Amino acid sequence: MISKGASSIVKSAVQASFLLSMALLLFLAGCAPKPKVHQRGDIAQAAAATYVAPGDLDQYYIFYSGGQSGSVFVAGLPSMRPILTIPVFAPYPATGYGYDQESKAMLGKYTWGDVHHPALSQTKGDYDGRWLFVNDNANNRVARIDLHDFKTKEIFGPIPNVSGNHGGAFVTPNSEYLLAASRFSVPLPKGTYLPIEQYATNYHGVVTGLAVDAKTGHISLGWQVLMPPLDFDIGSLGKAASEGWAFWTSYNAERATGKLEVTSTQRDRDYIVAVNWKAAEQAIKSGKYKMIDGAKVIDPRDAPGVAFLVPCSKSPHGVDVTPDGKYFVGSGKLVGITTVFSFAKLQQAIAAKNFTGNEDGIPVVNYDAVKEAEVNVGLGPLHTQFDDKGYAYTSLYVESAIAKWKLGTWEVVDKIPVSYNIGHLAIPGGDTVHPDGKYVLALNKLSHGRHLSVGPAQPEDTQLIDISGDKMKLLYDAFTEPEPHYAEMIPADRLHPIEVYAQAENHDPNAVWDVQHTGIKREGNHVVVHMTAVRSNFEPNKIEVNQGDLVTIYLTNIEQTTNEIHGWALEEYNIQIAADPGETKTIEFVADKPGVFAYYCTKFCSALHQEMQGYLLVKPKGGAGTKTASTHGSHEQLASAGSR
Amino acid sequence: MAQIASFSIPVTEARATVTPRFFDRPLSISSRITVLVAALLLVPVYFFPLYRMTLFSNNFTDGLNLNIYAGSLRGDQSANRDDLKEINSLNHYIGMHPLEEADFSEFQWIPLMLGFFILLSLRAAIMGKMSALADTLVAFGWFGLFALWHFYQRLYTYGHNLDPSAAVKVKPFTPPVFGSAQIANFTVYNYPAVGTYLMAGFVVLLSAAVVLSMRAKREARS
Repeated sequence: MISKGASSIVKSAVQASFLLSMALLLFLAGCAPKPKVHQRGDIAQAAAATYVAPGDLDQYYIFYSGGQSGSVFVAGLPSMRPILTIPVFAPYPATGYGYDQESKAMLGKYTWGDVHHPALSQTKGDYDGRWLFVNDNANNRVARIDLHDFKTKEIFGPIPNVSGNHGGAFVTPNSEYLLAASRFSVPLPKGTYLPIEQYATNYHGVVTGLAVDAKTGHISLGWQVLMPPLDFDIGSLGKAASEGWAFWTSYNAERATGKLEVTSTQRDRDYIVAVNWKAAEQAIKSGKYKMIDGAKVIDPRDAPGVAFLVPCSKSPHGVDVTPDGKYFVGSGKLVGITTVFSFAKLQQAIAAKNFTGNEDGIPVVNYDAVKEAEVNVGLGPLHTQFDDKGYAYTSLYVESAIAKWKLGTWEVVDKIPVSYNIGHLAIPGGDTVHPDGKYVLALNKLSHGRHLSVGPAQPEDTQLIDISGDKMKLLYDAFTEPEPHYAEMIPADRLHPIEVYAQAENHDPNAVWDVQHTGIKREGNHVVVHMTAVRSNFEPNKIEVNQGDLVTIYLTNIEQTTNEIHGWALEEYNIQIAADPGETKTIEFVADKPGVFAYYCTKFCSALHQEMQGYLLVKPKGGAGTKTASTHGSHEQLASAGSR
Repeated sequence: MAQIASFSIPVTEARATVTPRFFDRPLSISSRITVLVAALLLVPVYFFPLYRMTLFSNNFTDGLNLNIYAGSLRGDQSANRDDLKEINSLNHYIGMHPLEEADFSEFQWIPLMLGFFILLSLRAAIMGKMSALADTLVAFGWFGLFALWHFYQRLYTYGHNLDPSAAVKVKPFTPPVFGSAQIANFTVYNYPAVGTYLMAGFVVLLSAAVVLSMRAKREARS
């Protein structure tokens, strides 16, 4: 028998060990890794902040670059609702782009482009709402979209000597120039062959200012500056205090080839290139250039004062100028530091010739003389934007976050995680002298798990973040097709697009507005058709041609009401046109397939849209008739069956 | 023109023994000025619509507007819409004849008649005779009634002369001369506009001129 006291000791020991083991279990449970919950903000607050009631309008336009889609995406802010795709470098059957003669001529032989950086035109450092320029990284072009009608009006390029135009499109504060630059240095002029072993000595990059006509927006070659074989990344324009200067980041100061991931990351510093574009203008005027492939190229050795190199943490991506133009900010992707450079100090260093060396005759400025501050922002800093209250926001790719820091104290004051791997970030008016610090867009590269699963091909996740208060707040996830890189935003009241091409303003000599003036004319084996489209008919609704004829159709949509768009598709001829109200489009093709083909309206226009159709009858070479007697018979049967 | 007003002569003849015949009475200065103002009131009628028809539907919550002027037919026009063109585009589905200015003889005779009435009222103001004023007033009344009847006829004809081959068959209809009606998916409002009100003002001022002269006479007698 055990005593009562002993039994109580045993009892309490059992109790104690039970409690201990429970505590241990709890402790272990606390240590076990928990799955991370998706980052989300205050739901009710976010819903109210982004809700735009049916029929109400957004406050800002967002223009996203469409990346390899070759297009620009338009959305509204704060609702983030997508509104329109503007095709630029790629055919887009949805709006008939790339099928009519006018857009086919612009596209040339290319069927795609790589749009990275939209740039709204500026006047006095603010968006003026006239044009949107975009770059093409793949085929070295730039394009101009007219914001009067949201249509691509001009494609310029391939730009001579520019290879891999990543360093555009950015505009000067009065839209005098549009930047472009070589991401991939090559032997110049393009088309030259030189072995890769000569990369460091005989390959070249260029940085370029393309001239923009102040009235028409027409793009032409301006100045080019010959550069050592670095990889020029992203450009940015000086403004206010630094107006007249352009900056580009570059990587591969090693001038290495091969596996660049390794070979170009050996040195601690790469360069930001500072170009005095007003000096470049002067150099061109005084004849200090040579012609390479039709472009006026300045060799910096012949024109001192045009270009300087500023050392920056290695492998930098973005360079961004503060709204007052006093600082430019560069971030090395591989370090956790963003460097703030003083424009005034750069000027002093240049005046004092405080250089530490040169690259092919371009002075390298003393880093310590130009550096204003180094900000410990976090891992993988890429781009920086600024608000109207003296704060800067830097995107952190590796860390998947945005760091908010203060200009002057250079201290990080807030950080918000993003989903996931942010590239650019964008604030409305972000590239102007008057940024509007209510929102920032996080243009994230990866979206995994934040949308309904759609298989392996995934959309991009752009997150809207409220920056009006001290703490950044996540408001909304918006998904777009691949792949917005950067976006610019402009207040909605700054744009006044038309919705109808007024008859009086349609200057196409082949436009017809009255059914009486429609018709079919033959000139040899060229058939010319003047056609009208209006609810719900095409006139003429029958075109007879001979096999092999060249057919030109001038299609005028004679509607004068908003949204009454008519399509014109020709089956099995691979043609899809869209004519907006009051617009004339030219359709041209060789009628090489004999038979009867329907053309029809592709845009649901009216109650009798389906009936809006006509026939192209192509008489076969060697006389009219069908392929064989037997098929003829069956056609007849079908016809009689149909008439019953 | 005096004959037109002659039906009222027996009423005034009774007083002819004491005072000059009503139609021979001179017009007072205030009455003549009133007639002059009335004549001026007709001038802007050329520039303002007489009637305004508005068509609302779910697609056109702001309304399609058709303005009928003395000498023309004009739809509201904005950068994004030409209302007359739009109304014709829609009406072709029900086989309505397109509204075209050239088809309206009114646009020839209404401006002429307006000019005629301006001259007639100036004549009354200058002559200063009651008969001239009464003639103007009565003739204008007939003109107004005729124009309204004609307008009704127009609306009836457009709503009843529908192309039998039209895609959409609707029951023949007459849009209201004054008021609203539902026609297919449209609510149609049709009301007089500034021009018509100016013409009404013309009638009121001429009537006032008659009264003023009568009162002036009475005051002169007492």
